[in-house]
Amino acid sequence: MTATTPTLPPAVRGDTSAPRRDRGRGLRRLVPLLPALVLLALFFAGPMLWSVYTAFTDAALSGSGAVEFVGLANFDRMLHDPAFWNSILLTLIFVVGSAVIGQNTLGLLLALLMRGRNRVTRNVVNGLVLAAWAVPETVAGFCWYAFLHRTGTLNELLQHVGLSQNWLYTAPMVAVIFANVWRGTAFSMLVYDAALSDVPPELMEAASIDGASGWQKLRYVTLPLIRRSIVSNLMLITLQTLAAFGLIFVMTGGGPGNASQTTPLYMYEQSFKFYELSYGTAMALVLLVVGALFSAIYLRLIRLED
Amino acid sequence: MQRRSTALLAGLLTLTLSATTACSGGSGGDSDAKTLTVAYQKFGTFIQMDDLMNKVKGEYEAAHQGWTVKLVPIEASENDYYTKLTLMNRSPNTAPDILYEDTFLVNTDIQAGFLAPLDDYLGKWADWSQFTDASKAAAKGLDGKIYGVPMGTDTRALWYNKDLFAKAGLPVPWQPKTWDEVLSAARTIKQKLPGVIPMNVFSGKGAGEAASMQGFEMLLYGTADTLYDESSKKWLVNTPGFLDSLNFIKTVYGEKLGPEVQDALDPNFGTRLNSELIPENKIAIDLNGSWQSGNWIETGAKPWPEWSKVLGQAPMPTQNGQAPGSTSMSGGWVLSVGSHAEDKQAAFDYVSLALNKENSLAYDIAAGQIAERKDVAEDPKYLNSNPTLRFFTDLVQVTHFRPAYPEYPRVSNAIQVAMEAVMTGQATPEQAMATYGDEVKAAVGPDKVSG
Repeated sequence: MTATTPTLPPAVRGDTSAPRRDRGRGLRRLVPLLPALVLLALFFAGPMLWSVYTAFTDAALSGSGAVEFVGLANFDRMLHDPAFWNSILLTLIFVVGSAVIGQNTLGLLLALLMRGRNRVTRNVVNGLVLAAWAVPETVAGFCWYAFLHRTGTLNELLQHVGLSQNWLYTAPMVAVIFANVWRGTAFSMLVYDAALSDVPPELMEAASIDGASGWQKLRYVTLPLIRRSIVSNLMLITLQTLAAFGLIFVMTGGGPGNASQTTPLYMYEQSFKFYELSYGTAMALVLLVVGALFSAIYLRLIRLED
Repeated sequence: MQRRSTALLAGLLTLTLSATTACSGGSGGDSDAKTLTVAYQKFGTFIQMDDLMNKVKGEYEAAHQGWTVKLVPIEASENDYYTKLTLMNRSPNTAPDILYEDTFLVNTDIQAGFLAPLDDYLGKWADWSQFTDASKAAAKGLDGKIYGVPMGTDTRALWYNKDLFAKAGLPVPWQPKTWDEVLSAARTIKQKLPGVIPMNVFSGKGAGEAASMQGFEMLLYGTADTLYDESSKKWLVNTPGFLDSLNFIKTVYGEKLGPEVQDALDPNFGTRLNSELIPENKIAIDLNGSWQSGNWIETGAKPWPEWSKVLGQAPMPTQNGQAPGSTSMSGGWVLSVGSHAEDKQAAFDYVSLALNKENSLAYDIAAGQIAERKDVAEDPKYLNSNPTLRFFTDLVQVTHFRPAYPEYPRVSNAIQVAMEAVMTGQATPEQAMATYGDEVKAAVGPDKVSG
């Protein structure tokens, strides 16, 4: 980005002072970026800053009109709100279960299994997995609702074994975790597929000659080589899953009771059903911190620089 | 060269800024004093309000030369409509001049400063005396001023299946005098007609506000207690009536007189009830609203012409049959004038035109509303439009309204949580009531709670 613009000699530019010239050039380079910057500042940074500010006030959607600065009151309330802690716990279960374990492992496994298969197999598997990913969130949620419901497909199949029940009622978290794994595995698979194709075949050959087993090759050759992809994949899917709303909202609405009410659903309830905008935005900030913590853990567990 | 780039920069900046302000501030503005903006809900099968507003727009523009009426139908379900309307109201740029308001949000919106008091205009409006006293109070603020003109209301009662009752050997017409008589009829159905769900009482968070209003409050307001004490301005918790109401829920779901708990907690249960269970004679008693028949008329979501022959209605009795013998709950909607309206008289003229006798009559019939104008309620066209109208209109005598305060949505949620804990057996009614007390104290502040 830095050395691409052709620079004219100072004499031609008729400009003598060096610092001013540099500044002028810097400004000129910014010009094409300006519309984008202004739009980003208005529609991206603006709402973000506004939500940070709102988290420290008592802003409500309706009701008493005056907005007052209340400091940390919203965060203090969170500390003593069992429903909030329940939602954080469920969010952690959801992220670890569906993203870290489910999507990540399954995606890696699929990518590994697809190595060296013929084109037909690859295309069929790829097509199926990607189809789940391409389906809109609401549609996916409704498909799973219809599948797991008491009169749904799964129960028709299980009828003969006597296990039929409303899975969304008896095991809501398991249901939404399965649905999210089903939907999101394609992304991890694609990331790992790309990463695995960068593993030099000579290294694998050398390992085979040294007598390494399949597991040893995976553990000591493949995984260390693709660790960067593992970290970026984990970070991306964690952040996506932390904010997951539509899928759960469609399938269980957070219920029964609050048995599947993850933090985004609890936020929605507080902000838009109980009109407590400030409490909802304060929770969004906490969620941001949770996301940062996850990233820090990944970076620590998988050392990028050796 | 540098000057040119600065000029370019400035030019671009102004361009982007003006473009963005144009898209953020353009809609719904009432900068032109000769325009009236009307915001209302239009959703799914609910198109009657849209029809009325279009008709009134034509009448108004013909009568007031130079004025334009701008209709803003908000296509959203009920909860989302509240949210979207509130977001519109938050900025004077987008705030509508006339809005369609749910009565239970009126006080919240008054407190937020969204609504204008109408007393000065109502005093000069001859038709105002036609409105019933109960309806005049529906949009009354804590300051005693009136903030909306009622469009129509609803009541709630027991719907029962006469065929199933006859098969089970129960009397038709049915008129239970106490809660126990309701329960014993349900027990008879359970015993005589296996496979039929004896009774539906909405309960739990899945059913949402239907659980609080059609379910719990229909019980509670038939005891000696209520949710809120108007004289001391306090929310009531730990009352005997509250406990008895929870015990009723426990009996219905514990003795399996109701639907299966896992079905009842499904957010889509209400739809299944109206489109499947009731028309297919799979449920005997349903505690539900006066608008129910709207589902089964020709233009409804599930046409079922036999409904008026198969289904009977009975008022919900008070707990032990104490006076006045039966109870009901009412909601309803009003037309209000926004506090940012530049010409409030013009906005009120629109409201009074929309709710004159002719327009109220047409709307109440189309939308299955209970009339709140006396002249409409006596009109034969209205009375003959639906065979259940007279029954549900009579319930207005014994009806109650929800406490219309900003805290109500939270309190309502706490009720649903308590019901759900009881129906699933997670808590005894006593425990659930204690949790409810804590929840309400946290929601409204301990100083506004008694008990």
